[in-house]
Amino acid sequence: MRHRSLLIITTAVAAGSLTLSACGSRGDDSGKSGGETTLTIGLDAPLSGDLSALGQGIRNSADLAVKTANKKKEVDGVTFKLQPLDDAAQPSSGQQNANKFVADDKVVGAVGPLNSNVGQSMQKVFDKAGMVEVSPANTAPELTQGTDWRTGTKKRPFKSYFRTSTTDAIQGPYAAQYMYNEKKLKKVYVIDDKKTYGKGLAATFKQEFEDLGGKVVGTDHVDPKEKDFTAVANKVAEAKPDFVYYGGEYPAGAPLADQAKKAGLKGPVVGGDALFSAEYVKLAKKNSEGDIASSVGAPLETLDSAKEFTKNYKAAGYKLPYEAYGGYAYDATWSIIQAVKAVADKNDGKLPEDMNETREQVVAAMQDVKFDGVSGTVGFDKFGDTTNKQLSLYEVKDGEHKPVKTGTFEEN
Amino acid sequence: MNDLPQQLASGLILGAMYGLIAIGYTMVYGIVQLINFAHGEIVMFGAFGGLTAWLLLPQGTALALALPVMLVMAVGVSVLVGIGAERFAYRPLRGAPRLAPLITAIGLSIMLQQLIWGFYPDAKKARTFPQFSGSSVEILGANIQRGELFLLIAAPVCMIALGFFVAKTRTGRAMQATSQDPDTAKLMGINTDRIIVTAFAIGAAFGGVAAIAYGLKYGQIDFKIGFILGLKAFTAAVLGGIGNIYGAMVGGLVLGLAESLATAYIEHIPGMELFGGGAWKNVWAFVLLILVLLVRPQGLLGERVADRA
Repeated sequence: MRHRSLLIITTAVAAGSLTLSACGSRGDDSGKSGGETTLTIGLDAPLSGDLSALGQGIRNSADLAVKTANKKKEVDGVTFKLQPLDDAAQPSSGQQNANKFVADDKVVGAVGPLNSNVGQSMQKVFDKAGMVEVSPANTAPELTQGTDWRTGTKKRPFKSYFRTSTTDAIQGPYAAQYMYNEKKLKKVYVIDDKKTYGKGLAATFKQEFEDLGGKVVGTDHVDPKEKDFTAVANKVAEAKPDFVYYGGEYPAGAPLADQAKKAGLKGPVVGGDALFSAEYVKLAKKNSEGDIASSVGAPLETLDSAKEFTKNYKAAGYKLPYEAYGGYAYDATWSIIQAVKAVADKNDGKLPEDMNETREQVVAAMQDVKFDGVSGTVGFDKFGDTTNKQLSLYEVKDGEHKPVKTGTFEEN
Repeated sequence: MNDLPQQLASGLILGAMYGLIAIGYTMVYGIVQLINFAHGEIVMFGAFGGLTAWLLLPQGTALALALPVMLVMAVGVSVLVGIGAERFAYRPLRGAPRLAPLITAIGLSIMLQQLIWGFYPDAKKARTFPQFSGSSVEILGANIQRGELFLLIAAPVCMIALGFFVAKTRTGRAMQATSQDPDTAKLMGINTDRIIVTAFAIGAAFGGVAAIAYGLKYGQIDFKIGFILGLKAFTAAVLGGIGNIYGAMVGGLVLGLAESLATAYIEHIPGMELFGGGAWKNVWAFVLLILVLLVRPQGLLGERVADRA
């Protein structure tokens, strides 16, 4: 029976390795230079893997914010330093990184992460340590409003968590209204990837679309680790919807759109901010034409406040573009810097000796931070959500996402 | 149910790809009783080899003309990696307890992934792979994409060639002999080391063909594709009866069909609405595997062999 037991062992090992994720972590030491205090701002984002295009944009933008603050001497006597860690879009790695930031008594606060499910795994760690976390990209509503937000009982789970992006609670419905009222498309096929972000987004979209009178002709879920969606694509084509709504991210969204259109889907694929990437167009090629993605805030190119950011970003010579969340990452980093400044001002220009004390005061100060950022006026409400509720829709035309509508979501 | 022909076609195409890769597992297992878990990564290397050929060719080359070059390159790279793996990772461990080469295989697969991740330009995210333009072809009520035609032609051709090779040529017969009893084969003057290398090379070559098929079908490759592909192909090999080359292909086809049909139709069975759709297809594929192994532990086409030792 050796052979068979070997097979069983092999299968078990294979299944085990499914859950393993390779992640490297580097040690980094920061020092105090004479007289000056050096404070580290942690950054957690997927710097490798499928979502690295978005993650690198976040890293570069945060880096730009830190450099700008140091150049302008935004906080007297404090030099900021950015410590980026890679979470490879894995909740477990994100939590590890959070623990690392918390353990390092030079780190005053953290920016990130990109993924809502990673954010979920990090919130607790930061909250326990009383350290501020500002995400530029998490959009799942429960992160700030508690798991019962859908029923109207909103309760903030963690007071140290803030975000500069708007939530799916308005992102999904905003797209639903646009598709139903302005595009006049009434039949939809809803697909999600079963992740915190995708599932939530698809659910909010579906509810609003049905409330408006639209018809959901089918729903399905995909495994975002795979690239073969032909069976689902065939089902979609068979159901003949006017369009498809996909709650998920571009690494699976692009091949899904490509395969659905090859299978015979006639309408566009519509999705949230995680489809709003140049990579989406690159991967789905000409089958991305006409597809629509919603994203938080107004298009950076049209905002006066963003002009300086885009100029500086270019001048800094980063290899990769700032992508969908660059502006929000800059604002998130800047809000931490502003909170530190507020703490310093309160204590007569000096930060408390004890790092834990500083961290706690920064969390408290964050609630009242207000400044004109890249994405508009940055501030936080009582849940830690941004007060800027603007949204935009982008359509792929000639191989590029072009803004088609910007506005604020209004409940019907 | 009127999308049945389409779902069948999609399942068969996917299955043919699994089958081609499963050959690599089954060949090696048949000769040395080793599960080469790095095989998925050998396929992935082949895909990047094919992409490299495409990038090296002058821009604007027609894909139909470039395809043979890409194929040669993909197969070449796969075979090189396969032989290298045998020579440097597995041969030193021949005669070691079975777990040692197995763990080596897993280590090797992580290493190969990281090599592409670290050193191939721009490979930290998915890279686009050239695809045939033009509309799909309709065959028996199913739409077949141009890129999938390659697979539909390549898979049977490869299988027939392999069947002929194993049954008719001297090396093929030597392979059979080695698989039945390596020690006696050695006494009969067969160079078993060479046979083992040949088995690795053939498996890797099939992997190279599958890699090109993968690229043409999905239009994108990344450093992680080998993992899921390898896992599925390994399942196919076990399902069909590991050690049997036809079993690998049959197992692949059955697995592909199971995934496709489960996605499409399970949810229409009353009471099963929650267990259908794309998210559950792997569950059903593995349920099928377990059922088959319960009834036929040796796999669909496997022979019941007396266990050694």
